[in-house]
Amino acid sequence: MSDGELRTDGGATTDVRWNLEGVTIEDAALYIVLLLAAAFYLVPIESGLVTSFKTGTAIVETAPFAPPGASGLTFEKWGSAIDALLRGMGNSLLYAVPATVISAFVGSITAYGLTIPTWKKSYKAVVLMLIIAGIFIPYQAVLVPLTQFWSQWVQLGEALSFVWALGIPNDYAGIIELVITHVAYGIPICTLLFRTYYKTMSEEMIESARLDGATLRRVYRRIVLPLSGPMFAVVLIYQFTQIWNDLLFTLVIVSTESSPAAPVVLILAGLGTSLEGQDFALRMAGAFFAALPTLAVYILFGEEFAEGVAA
Amino acid sequence: MLDFYRRLYRTIRPSLGDDEDAVRTDGGVVNDGAAGSAPEPDRDFRTRVEAALDRHFGSDFIESSIFWLPPFLLMGLFVYGAVIWNLLISLTDYQRFENAPDYSNLDLEMYTRALADSGFVDAAINTLILLVAFTAGTLVVGLLLAILIDRGIRFENTFRTIYLLPMSLSFVVTAQFWLWIYNYNNGIANSVIGTVGLGPVSWLGNQNIVLYAVIFALMWQFSGYAMVVYLAGLRAIPSEHYEAAKVDGASTLKMYWRVIIPQLKGATISAAVVLMVFGMKAFDFLYSLSGGYRPPNGADILATKMVREAYANLNWAYGSAIAIVLFAMALGVIGPYLVYEYRRDNL
Repeated sequence: MSDGELRTDGGATTDVRWNLEGVTIEDAALYIVLLLAAAFYLVPIESGLVTSFKTGTAIVETAPFAPPGASGLTFEKWGSAIDALLRGMGNSLLYAVPATVISAFVGSITAYGLTIPTWKKSYKAVVLMLIIAGIFIPYQAVLVPLTQFWSQWVQLGEALSFVWALGIPNDYAGIIELVITHVAYGIPICTLLFRTYYKTMSEEMIESARLDGATLRRVYRRIVLPLSGPMFAVVLIYQFTQIWNDLLFTLVIVSTESSPAAPVVLILAGLGTSLEGQDFALRMAGAFFAALPTLAVYILFGEEFAEGVAA
Repeated sequence: MLDFYRRLYRTIRPSLGDDEDAVRTDGGVVNDGAAGSAPEPDRDFRTRVEAALDRHFGSDFIESSIFWLPPFLLMGLFVYGAVIWNLLISLTDYQRFENAPDYSNLDLEMYTRALADSGFVDAAINTLILLVAFTAGTLVVGLLLAILIDRGIRFENTFRTIYLLPMSLSFVVTAQFWLWIYNYNNGIANSVIGTVGLGPVSWLGNQNIVLYAVIFALMWQFSGYAMVVYLAGLRAIPSEHYEAAKVDGASTLKMYWRVIIPQLKGATISAAVVLMVFGMKAFDFLYSLSGGYRPPNGADILATKMVREAYANLNWAYGSAIAIVLFAMALGVIGPYLVYEYRRDNL
């Protein structure tokens, strides 16, 4: 609070304040700018939302950001969007959830091994640099080998033939490939996030446990893991959003939107395009439906999300 | 889970199996050191190797390797292994429906082909424009938002949540929104500039405009991110600095320009690096805009060109060569950044 007062005072020295029941002109201008900015960020989303409820004629006749009105209101597009995307939603959950959980856990143990135990700093730095650089690799640089790897070297589709015998379409091998791929490329960011957290952990407790003869494994299980809860929340939310939203890997691993294992983003990318032109209401409804899980996560855990992206 | 990694670790690096065993015997050595009066020669050797390694790398090196080494190897295989493999493929003539590249005849043909390909040169230029304009614009907007939000306003959390909201959405989703905004007949963009008597403009159809329209949309999506990074930077500045500037009689503008912004160098650098990398990955957005491998004319970047060459035209080796160029660009940004962070002891 005192912090806040201080900052607003910064402006006060420049000129005399015009007091209107405690609200200064400057303050009013500040809030107007903030509200305009908020409108800028919300309008694309809002106009998408209202458009998704509009009939074809309402789209042409009403302003893009105006509500549809009673005559132009329809839920039909949402119905067809859900029909088209529901299967994809299930598929996306099928790889996004396991990949998120596994990569968060792996990131935690990697960060632990690179932060708490004592070994030579210069070697640690080399390992860390290689890991952190992995966050920034443009995935294009690994795509062709990745395709080779999954199509020629590790042919999960054949290795798991007993699963397909149960009646599951063998396209679902792609889901398993996506899990492994996302875990491998998720390790760097998860490690970095956990490392920033473990660096601030109290050393005394860990050191005294080590002096008592506790192994590193025991220290992790008994001390570090139980204290990692808040960071797990951050990492899980961040990773889930990233994996759910990613198109590139699904495109090269699952490849066609007609596949029974097609994730939601892949179907959405081609939704609403036809020879007659683009059906924007359907596109918007689809976009919102596909974004529901990440929107829900964001609204419920906005703080953790902000922490995840800021690190 | 750990057992799985141990097994994986063994299969990947059988030569290190000895060290791996040493990890577990280590626990025994500590506990029953007195009882183990006559160590077998094998174990004696192991202890010596272990001691030598520990002396060289630090006391917990071997014991901790079980935690970080298997994930590190998995990541290394998928990231660095794949990049090297990609480099190899880019030197072959791999294309079409050949099952695997022929590694016996390596040359730089794909790179010379790229230089002669005007599509590649255009895409490279567009990539640079996108990186510079998008990064700079996003940083400026993010900084302004952070300064405004940091002035002790009410509903701070609400504003922050709204500004960061687009970042939680998929490129595929936001591309749908912007497709609608840039729509020629009914889009908001044209009705906004229509109020001042301009337009209508074919935002996505005009080759000279489309790249900037895309950059604007990307700025919308990521300026919230820059804001969050700057906000963390601003909060780390001690309040005495604000007071000192005030005592000196500096105006608000001067205070930010002279005192506050210079202290945000670290935040600027790390945000810029992340944004540039996001910019290089703008593939998802462009793919969704057009619903296919070919982005709108005039908005082709290396990321889209690479995927199109490899997966639509099946020019695998050529795609790999473009990917290597993209990778080199990324490395040019990340390399200095990592060295900088290491020097600041920030790794």
